[in-house]
Amino acid sequence: MKLYNPPSPLETKVISKRFGVENSWRLDTYLATGGFEAFKKTMEMSPDQIIDEVKASSLRGRGGAGFPTGLKWSFVPKNVEGPTYIVVNGDESEPGTCKDRLLIEHDPYQMIEGILIAARAVGASKGWVYIRGEYRYLIDHLDSVLKEAYQRGYLGKNIAGTGFDFDLYSQTGAGAYECGEESALLESLEGKRGVPRIRPPFPAVSGAFQRPTVLNNVETFSSVPEIIKNGGKWYADLGTPKNGGTRMVCLAGHVNKPGVYEVPLGMNMMYFINEIGGGMWKGKKMKATIPGGSSCPILRADECDIPMDYDSMAKAGTMLGSGGMMVMDEDTDMVKIALRIMRFYKHESCGWCIPCREGTTWLQKMLARIVDGNGAMRDVDMVGDLAKSMLGRTFCPLGDAAAMPTISIVEKFRPEFEAYVARNPFANSELVQVG
Amino acid sequence: MSNMVKLTINETAVEAPAGTLLIDAAKLAGIEIPAFCYYEGMSLQAACRMCLVEIEKAPKLMAACVVPVAEGMIVRTESPAVVKARKTTLEFLLTNHPLDCPVCDKGGECELQDMVFKYGAGESRFTEVKQHVPEKQWSPVVFYDGPRCILCYRCVRVCNEGMGVGALGIVNRGVAAEIAPSHGDHLECDECGSCIDICPVGALTSGAYRYKTRPWEMEHVGTICTHCSNGCKTTLGVRNNEIVRGNNRDRSGVNGEFLCVKGRYAFDFNHHPERLQTPLLRVNGKLEEVSWSRALQAVVEKFKAGGKAGVVGSTRIANEEAYLLQKFARTVLKTNNIDHHRSGDVVTLLDSLSGKTATLGTADDCYNAKAVLIVGADLSQQQPFLANQIRANHRHHKAGIYVATPGAVREDKIAKASARTADGNWLPAVESMAEKLKGEKELLVLFGDSVKGEGVRKLVAFGESLGIPVKYICLVDYANSRGAMDMGLLPDLGPGYHAVEGAPGLTLPQMMAATDLDLLWVVGANPLARHTLASSKAFVVVQDLFLTETAQRADVVLPAASAYEKNGTVTNVCGQVQRLKRGVETVGAKTDLNIIGLIARGMGVNLGKVDADAVFAEIQKTVRGYNVPLPVIVTGGAAQTMPVNGRVPSTVLPELIQSSRDTLFTTGTLTRYSKILNEVMEAPGGLYR
Repeated sequence: MKLYNPPSPLETKVISKRFGVENSWRLDTYLATGGFEAFKKTMEMSPDQIIDEVKASSLRGRGGAGFPTGLKWSFVPKNVEGPTYIVVNGDESEPGTCKDRLLIEHDPYQMIEGILIAARAVGASKGWVYIRGEYRYLIDHLDSVLKEAYQRGYLGKNIAGTGFDFDLYSQTGAGAYECGEESALLESLEGKRGVPRIRPPFPAVSGAFQRPTVLNNVETFSSVPEIIKNGGKWYADLGTPKNGGTRMVCLAGHVNKPGVYEVPLGMNMMYFINEIGGGMWKGKKMKATIPGGSSCPILRADECDIPMDYDSMAKAGTMLGSGGMMVMDEDTDMVKIALRIMRFYKHESCGWCIPCREGTTWLQKMLARIVDGNGAMRDVDMVGDLAKSMLGRTFCPLGDAAAMPTISIVEKFRPEFEAYVARNPFANSELVQVG
Repeated sequence: MSNMVKLTINETAVEAPAGTLLIDAAKLAGIEIPAFCYYEGMSLQAACRMCLVEIEKAPKLMAACVVPVAEGMIVRTESPAVVKARKTTLEFLLTNHPLDCPVCDKGGECELQDMVFKYGAGESRFTEVKQHVPEKQWSPVVFYDGPRCILCYRCVRVCNEGMGVGALGIVNRGVAAEIAPSHGDHLECDECGSCIDICPVGALTSGAYRYKTRPWEMEHVGTICTHCSNGCKTTLGVRNNEIVRGNNRDRSGVNGEFLCVKGRYAFDFNHHPERLQTPLLRVNGKLEEVSWSRALQAVVEKFKAGGKAGVVGSTRIANEEAYLLQKFARTVLKTNNIDHHRSGDVVTLLDSLSGKTATLGTADDCYNAKAVLIVGADLSQQQPFLANQIRANHRHHKAGIYVATPGAVREDKIAKASARTADGNWLPAVESMAEKLKGEKELLVLFGDSVKGEGVRKLVAFGESLGIPVKYICLVDYANSRGAMDMGLLPDLGPGYHAVEGAPGLTLPQMMAATDLDLLWVVGANPLARHTLASSKAFVVVQDLFLTETAQRADVVLPAASAYEKNGTVTNVCGQVQRLKRGVETVGAKTDLNIIGLIARGMGVNLGKVDADAVFAEIQKTVRGYNVPLPVIVTGGAAQTMPVNGRVPSTVLPELIQSSRDTLFTTGTLTRYSKILNEVMEAPGGLYR
């Protein structure tokens, strides 16, 4: 397993510390570097103590929504008849995001240990790692790791001699972005069409196969062993208040050193881009940045001097999301960015609800028309208006994910849209040219 | 009630039972929250987003179809934000929906049209190219026009949850998502057409109806389906004296909106080119077309001549006609030789339940009973509406279903226990479930023709041994099989199951076997399809719609009106009396009531006023259970469910009781003349047994 980018000395390596170590994905390497110590420690702890420790770490979901993990685990009903399940969301499909694959490639046992600790905390007996269909190679890799774990007694019956039983399976997605949404993922896991469920009930109460289920992102589970080992407070102190720990940020775009870096929450975004990412390429100036995956509202260059944590991002009107940061230089065509993003969401809309299904399609067609030089002045207003018509009205957050970047791009870079439209001699005509 | 929740909708105080969905609570208060995908009785989708409303303290608009009412909830359904959301949702819907309303079957009764009219924008901002896919035909009766589809998933749900078939699903995603059959390019299903009926737009259209007319050009006539015994109300769409459509969108009648393939499509026999329009008289050994007066004269002469007569009645003619027929036979022809094709032992059941009240089940009981036991009947094939009620009962009330049948049936899938019976010996299978049945709170037993004579008494004894309230439904075959018995088309029992005066007459097989029969009068039946007539001298008079095997042997054939061409009443399998309403005028045929009256007049006999209402008034006086006010009958609310007081003095041999074993696609003579039914029969629907 090669590393895609050299590490930066400015990183705080907590969950990526084994990256680059020889055979880091093998059990022996993991055991030699403190592996399964945390799991063994939890055998001395009560489930409530484990959950309290995770709560104390102020770990928040790394999939995008940032829901407090300990709180989520505490929602799972206790002493219920029948099984409780763990599901790992490895359907990493948010454009710009590529961290979960590295965690599974380089340090799969860390994730497995996190899963086992969660299983101890909620009394689960079985779990699935749901991996996006496009990560074909990763499934083979994970399967070989699971096989080794079973052979060496770190999965199955009586794990590591602790008397604790747990089964873990891998499950492939079929290439749908929608299946990264937790309830659609569960439908897909059950072999059904990947469309979201009506909530409530939430997965903690009725998830996979109608059983209570803990569903978290790969990075979330991977963060758990170090929290247990070093204590929740230690982890929380790495970040800022209510935004504990470190997180993997996938830096992409017009920077000198793109890559996946682990940084503490609350690091200044410009510092991160300039010092860890090596600054803008070719000496250009920054125009904008999408901070956390394509579904996040875009930030202008002058808005980027903020700490990277959930709350500061929210204050700036955007989200930390899934950690997929995309930096754009001064030459970037924002209208084409809007079109590219909308093309993705139009392609990925599952078709379940009307505003998302029809809205993404309409917006994609309209943006394509503007880019083709057939836009009209009223189209510029309509792009924002239609996106707002989707926002908050769709069945699941996919509609919001398509609407939010679009609304922000039109608002912040309106002159670029108007420049496109101005090339159309009929732009102000009542007769709109259909491309 | 203590579990009532108080909330405010549009500044109006509303009370609703806890657990009620907001959309229903609003409806109770007379406030409409529009929706496409929400459909009463089916699983929730929250997909169309039309029902978004403002709930105070909620961060965004909420779908009223999935939010239960809560104490103190403050809801606004017409606030500016809600109105704007609705408008844009409709605008989104119309982007790819073809605006071909002028040629769309649904135009005029389309929910999308109505919604856009009420809530939509006046102007369309969409100027892009629409998504298009060609129309597909899935079966002789089901067409799918993808672009018109708004993906409300009603069809998928009605097929899966309602019918228990699951022949429809969804393929592709996003704007390319569309409904598709589970079997690739064609349907393998009941062909019930519920998917077409429930479609809010013109995406699913009927092969029988498409491009025939505009909805507002039809007259809508609510009458009762003439095929099986379930007595579904069907609304006929009539244009230029032709029935062009059958449905029951107004949900009147016992069946709500349910109809099976026969109810929805098999009205087309009515306009079959082989329908008899002129009386036929045998002249020199050949049937020749003659005038009504000449044919009637020939009948009157023979009837006056007397001799040994036999009368065979029908399981499809109206109660009034059956009543008048037996009255004519017994008072004018002075014979008890009168019978019909019997398909269920109602007679023994009534006798076994003598003196007990609340022991006969209705279609409502099928939906409400806590537990249901099915003995020796394939309900989904032969009693499609009762089967639907039982499926709905299981879905909505989690009723316990128990099945004891010779072969696999669809109800097995939802059954708590199923057992197979061998050689008609159903008792061991039923007894094997006794312990489970004792644990139920109440039971409804439906039994087929394998339970007859002593068998019925054994079944009732078994029911009593359970120690819980038990109701029974004796399954019969045709639209008025039950009414034929109630009206006394039996050799030993007169109207209301009273013993006949004098000795009991000949049964149907005895009439056929009697070599000395002088006269055979067959009204709407086809006994010669199974039997041979032993008497070569018998003068045979037949009243029928078609030249059946019996009519071909007849000396006089009188063309009769169908059930869709007459007024009157019929009684369904559960004893529920419902009203027939004339939908189309006959051309050359006359109603059986009219024909009997004309024969009586020719003979100079006074049978009283011969019209449906007058005869029914007499039935109300003489037949037990039929004395219900007319308005109750009009709405299908009447039920002849009181067993007779005292024993039923039957002498009938149970061996004569034999069901025709029809399927979803057959009901004897009439369906042989249904073009559509013969087309869809080729579809392998048996798969979903």
